[in-house]
Amino acid sequence: MSQEALLNVVDLSIELTDSVPRRTLVRDVSFTVRQGESVGLVGESGSGKSMTVKAAMRLLPRAADATGSIEFEGVSVLDMGRRELARYRSSDVAMIHQDPRAHTNPMQTIGDFLIEGVVSAGLQSKAAAIDRAIGLLDEMGIKDAPRRMAQYPHQLSGGLLQRVMIASALMSEPKLVFADEPTTALDVTVQSEVIAIMVEQIQERGLGMLFITHDLDLAAAVTDSLVVMYAGTVVEKGKAHDIYAGPRHPYTAALLASRPSTTHVKRLVSIPGRPASAYEVPTGCVFAARCPFATELCRSDRPVARELDGRVVACHRAEELTHELKTAASA
Amino acid sequence: MSAALGAAGTILAASFVIFTALSFAPGDPVAQILGAKATDEARAAKRAELGLDDPLLERYWHWLTSALHGDLGVSLTFREDVTSLIGPRLETTFLLVGSAAVLMVTVGILLGSLAGIRPGWRPTITGLAGLGISIPTFVAASALISVFAVKLGWFPTFGAGEGLTDRIRHLVLPAIALSVGFGAYITQITAAAVREEAEKEHVMTSRGRGIPARQIIRKHILRNAALPVMTASGLAVAGLVSGAVVVEQAFAIDGIGSLLVKSTSSKDYSVVLAISLVIVIVFVVVTTIIDVAQVLLDPRERTPR
Amino acid sequence: MTSLTHDPAATETRRPKDKLLIIAGSLCGLLVFVALFGFLFAPYPPDQTDVLASGVGPSPDHLLGTDSLGRDILSRALAGARISFAGPGLIVLASAVCGTTLAIFAAWTGGWVDQTLNRLLNVVFAVPGILVAVLASAVFGAGFWAPVIALTVIYIPYYARVVRSAAVRERNMPYVEGLRLAGLSSWRICSRHILRNVVPIVLAQGTIAFGLALADFAAVSFLGLGVQTPTAEWGVMVADGRSELLNGDMQQSLVAGACIVITVVAFNIFGDRLGARYGADR
Repeated sequence: MSQEALLNVVDLSIELTDSVPRRTLVRDVSFTVRQGESVGLVGESGSGKSMTVKAAMRLLPRAADATGSIEFEGVSVLDMGRRELARYRSSDVAMIHQDPRAHTNPMQTIGDFLIEGVVSAGLQSKAAAIDRAIGLLDEMGIKDAPRRMAQYPHQLSGGLLQRVMIASALMSEPKLVFADEPTTALDVTVQSEVIAIMVEQIQERGLGMLFITHDLDLAAAVTDSLVVMYAGTVVEKGKAHDIYAGPRHPYTAALLASRPSTTHVKRLVSIPGRPASAYEVPTGCVFAARCPFATELCRSDRPVARELDGRVVACHRAEELTHELKTAASA
Repeated sequence: MSAALGAAGTILAASFVIFTALSFAPGDPVAQILGAKATDEARAAKRAELGLDDPLLERYWHWLTSALHGDLGVSLTFREDVTSLIGPRLETTFLLVGSAAVLMVTVGILLGSLAGIRPGWRPTITGLAGLGISIPTFVAASALISVFAVKLGWFPTFGAGEGLTDRIRHLVLPAIALSVGFGAYITQITAAAVREEAEKEHVMTSRGRGIPARQIIRKHILRNAALPVMTASGLAVAGLVSGAVVVEQAFAIDGIGSLLVKSTSSKDYSVVLAISLVIVIVFVVVTTIIDVAQVLLDPRERTPR
Repeated sequence: MTSLTHDPAATETRRPKDKLLIIAGSLCGLLVFVALFGFLFAPYPPDQTDVLASGVGPSPDHLLGTDSLGRDILSRALAGARISFAGPGLIVLASAVCGTTLAIFAAWTGGWVDQTLNRLLNVVFAVPGILVAVLASAVFGAGFWAPVIALTVIYIPYYARVVRSAAVRERNMPYVEGLRLAGLSSWRICSRHILRNVVPIVLAQGTIAFGLALADFAAVSFLGLGVQTPTAEWGVMVADGRSELLNGDMQQSLVAGACIVITVVAFNIFGDRLGARYGADR
């Protein structure tokens, strides 16, 4: 996994400019997605993960201001001109959204939706695009693709529509796919099937993937490395199986401990308190208020992210807690 | 088909309600026809001739069957067939309503789309629309006459004009007066609809796919916003017909609107009935067309699940 | 919630005061005051003619000039406010009572009653108000009452539609189920609890409707089918001013027209802001 970096995010901060004082949503986030690598961006709602991805697509709302750097293949995304941005969005990256129903135009046919991006960008002729769309729908396991092309979103089930969304992301043969909670809005029964198809299609093609989810288990299962966010900051990042086997940040450990077990019935341990946003947390560690291991130092000084055993952790007590966290996570 | 039947039913019901209401109106048509000096026998004979003593339903049936044959009765004041009285005036009114409709829809949709897409324009345009919607037609008419007809002398004050160019010159101010309120209404509806569509998630999807802004505005924002705008425009066009009553009165245009007011004042009920019916018919037909078009244009209505 | 995390409600920037609401509200209050007591401030009796000063422009004697009969326009506008407000006031009151009652009844009963009523209201909502007012003046004779009766009917759906949806929402609230289980009668639940919760919506709708009804009422007078000249009323004044327009005397029409537009705008904005404040979904 020593390939070239596709997406390189360094010290990204996002602030809302339409409130006084400005509200920080994301603070000093850094991570890298390499060619063919799958990275999981994990966090609860309000952790800033969706905002980070929106920034990487330059889709932030008008009132949000991003600072720091986001580079795609060495080119600064935040400084792209109109043409560069259109090229970047239409052929370099693609996005699979959370709710396919809301993210498709109800007045547009499936076929038109699939081909619109590549045809308007001049990447493919209309006829070629139609052929490719039908081929992709086939690969997504959608039977009767030509008939589906003529239908409207409301005629498709959520799971089917999300497969269409996945196909649309692959239409332009992008190098990197952003998947923003791609199954959260779907019925539980089709979630695993849609995830399986998506991961298979993306990894088969050797594409980079940034997988945004609140589900650490799922992220660990389908990605190579993980970036765990809390209250707009990165608290831990590293190889997926390392983190899964032994979390080094109390928040990661708490996330792992709060998941339902598939092997035996037990009471769920939920994280005390409620997830906070970046602008709500006081000085000190962002997780201090909910952390069972917090000390005076944690409440007064914000820990700096540092290298530790081949991963990055932002916790004052990471070394001394190694054992406690491991037992806490598997409890 | 069912839409057409429903429309016909509504028109029929409306005609009965209006007929019944007018039958309770005061005034004696016989006295008006024969004058005050007529003998009682002559009056009774005339009443029988006109069928005024028949039961209500019978009179309605008689009126309805004649109306379906194009006979809407005789005007008491003009001593003329109502049909031939209304015919030429209908043309004048439709010309007025038609030009006002074109004006109102184009300006309303243009300004509304601008306000919906460009937030910078929003306060100005919505402010103007709020003012426009508050200006009653007859006030707009007086203001336009005093400024553009009397002060500046650009347009004639009153009347409908002769010949095509003169007629159009005479129509400019009335058409503007008529379209101000409903045009502002369409502006508001369009601005709200376009703004709502522009903030939809599927528009963000399109932006994220690198689709050019122009194409997003045209294919995803404006096309989707067209449905509520169309409904509003339909209602507004229908409303113009009744607004024409006021405008024709203000500009002394000899259309069916001013005839309606004149006939109401002079208790010429066969004319009132006929014109009311025309207005109801236009109203029902326009709204029915809009309903049908709505279904045709919206794939969610048109296609099965 | 632990003590160290901030309460988001506390950090929420306070909603700025709605200046528009205050300005429009004060203007509406002022206009109502003028309608009630404006005649006291009129420099002349509204019907007093001054033959020597007919059709004159603004002067110290006649601040807004006189009409072609030599009547003081300012006095007529002030005195005319009374009837111009009385008509729409009655219309708004009567249609609010009828509309709200019908809507709560329909929402509470549900089923076919609700559906039929709803369809009927939609039909009435679509009927052009001017046409009904013209027909009413044919049936009842031209005057003050014909437009009041006609427009009352026309404005009923204006309330009924929003109140109905609000009342349906209330009906499905758990607290209503609780009251029902506690043995309260339908009448009591509707009149005490549901009605109280829809009142803000009715007030907001009524404020907007007042402006619209004022314009409609004046339009009927303008047509000569409502309040009759020489009574001082704004619609009548615009109509009276028509003949003077040709001589270039536009004070009467413009003054009366401006009165109408200012009133409609003020009530429109006030009602709109009230609705935004109390969450009436229109």
